[in-house]
Amino acid sequence: MENPIIQLNGLSKHYGSKKAVENLSLKINKGEIFGLLGPNGAGKTTTILMMLGLSEPTSGEALVCGINATNNPIAVKRKVGYMPDNVGFYDNMTALENLMYIGRLSGIPEEKIAVKARETMELVGLGDELYKKTGAYSRGMKQRLALADLLIREPEVMILDEPTLGIDPAGIKEFLVLIRQLSRQQGLTVLLSSHHLHQMQQICDRVGIFVEGQLLMEGNIDTLSGNLFGKESYVIQVTVREPLANAQALQQELQQLEHVNKAATSEYGVELSCSQDITPDIVRFFVHKGLNVTGVQKKEYGLDEIYQRFFENNAKKHVQ
Amino acid sequence: MMKSLIAFNPFFRQHAPASPFRVMVRKEVGDHIRSWRFIIMLVLILLTFIGAMYVSLSNIRKAATNLNDPDRIFVYLKLLTTSDNTLPTFHIFISFLGPLLGIALGFDAINAEKNNGTLIRLMAQPVYRDNLLLAKFYAALKVIGTLFFSLVLLMIGGGMIITGAPLEASELFRILAFAVLSVIYVGFWLSLAITLSVKFRHAATSALTAIGIWLFFTIFYQIIVNMIMNAILPDPAYLQQDSIIAYNNLVLSLLRVAPSQLYTDAATTLLMPSVRSLGPLTMEQMAGAIPAPLPLKESLMIVWPQVTGLLAATTACFALAYFLFMRREIRT
Repeated sequence: MENPIIQLNGLSKHYGSKKAVENLSLKINKGEIFGLLGPNGAGKTTTILMMLGLSEPTSGEALVCGINATNNPIAVKRKVGYMPDNVGFYDNMTALENLMYIGRLSGIPEEKIAVKARETMELVGLGDELYKKTGAYSRGMKQRLALADLLIREPEVMILDEPTLGIDPAGIKEFLVLIRQLSRQQGLTVLLSSHHLHQMQQICDRVGIFVEGQLLMEGNIDTLSGNLFGKESYVIQVTVREPLANAQALQQELQQLEHVNKAATSEYGVELSCSQDITPDIVRFFVHKGLNVTGVQKKEYGLDEIYQRFFENNAKKHVQ
Repeated sequence: MMKSLIAFNPFFRQHAPASPFRVMVRKEVGDHIRSWRFIIMLVLILLTFIGAMYVSLSNIRKAATNLNDPDRIFVYLKLLTTSDNTLPTFHIFISFLGPLLGIALGFDAINAEKNNGTLIRLMAQPVYRDNLLLAKFYAALKVIGTLFFSLVLLMIGGGMIITGAPLEASELFRILAFAVLSVIYVGFWLSLAITLSVKFRHAATSALTAIGIWLFFTIFYQIIVNMIMNAILPDPAYLQQDSIIAYNNLVLSLLRVAPSQLYTDAATTLLMPSVRSLGPLTMEQMAGAIPAPLPLKESLMIVWPQVTGLLAATTACFALAYFLFMRREIRT
């Protein structure tokens, strides 16, 4: 069902002659987890700020829950929770006080606030640290508190800017699982921005790749890799123990196989690009030939490769 | 329908959430009164207050029985203005310390929030951007107002116990007007400091700039005006009396660009009812005048330009802060 909760139409933001965001159009559906992926300075944060009405677009419009964010930022901010990339707290106040202050500002009635703040702290796993000053909080705890900040307001949309920055790997995993859980349980729409590919791969339904202010591509990870790498979606590497005696002939024969697009041989191995996953056939072929296979590796294109490919292209563009 | 009922019915209103502005003011006031810098300023002002009161109390008998002084009947005003020249009077102290108080409460209002990353956190909430600026100003003003009104009321109470003299209504109003004037004066420096805190990224820069402006106006400005005027003005010996007066007025007007001059002028007029004019008076104007205290209304008329000047400067600074802040990109 098409039900875009965030809709960007031709959004642009120029700082002088520098184009931070250029003609960006994007639709994000309700309940979706969308990853905005791009290197530093790609314009991710600028885009997010425009969605919240905190920055004025040079042209185009950002509709969040059907409301124009530039003209009516307060209404948008009532529905959207935003976690900035380097969030800060009032260090002289306890975590609970910090959270209650935000709760009050967002208009939660006074008599409900204490209970609600406590519940939210439990939810993000800070139940034991309620009365600690935020000055003494670690980076990961602050990140959780920032998430609590967002959840206490019961938003329809969560926008997280680099939420995993500065947390240790175990913490990141926990954090992402938490976000995914919350999104699934409460039907929240989540927009994440990051330059960490693997994390996005773990959690996002769809990703958009954002480079130099332009959305180069969007879709789920399978489509993305399909689009980018065309037919060579699967790469199979086979390593053998003895040097290949008749490499040329082997290459010829391999290329005859169905679904194989390209075969390249080296002294101790073969690399095959295939349009389908035919690893078992390849192994059988090698065994038949009496070659001593020591390893078979199937390379799937993850975001890493997608990303890499983009930067290569980008670098080429620059050189030209 | 139901919503409007809730909004206008006082029975329901207590359950409605407080407006973001009030929430912010509450937090800011709390922050101020717990902050070290406010406590230090408070101690400083209390010490000068006690010192000034001590000096004036020990000289009050002489002042209240001085037959040459038309203000001698106003014992409480005398308490604020009497000095034996060992210590300046309280309002002179405030003309020095008031700016410092205003600067201390405002110099990091916006840039500290920005540097701590709390500004963007606040702005992501459904609150208007100007609410924050207004809350910063209003909360500090509230604290300052409470401070000055408690001080003068303490002074009146203490004076009553020590001297036993009855308090005239006009005296009370003059003292309250003095407190209001002091709040406006500190408010000017506060709004200047807040403007600088919007302008400059670092709290230290904005504090130093504010202190620089303060020092310039308290020390250098008068010297510069006097130097320039001495260089420009012809020798008074060759001038007609009315042109001397005109030149004098010019010098005074220039000096009144400094907020501290406006404040001292206004405070002196309010606290000394016999002050009739803040400029030079000619013999014709003085002819037939009996040295007697002016009614409160007349004194207020004299200080009105000063008060307006201070208010205008405060508003101008605050408007500039608004202008700078509303158009500012808030990302760090």
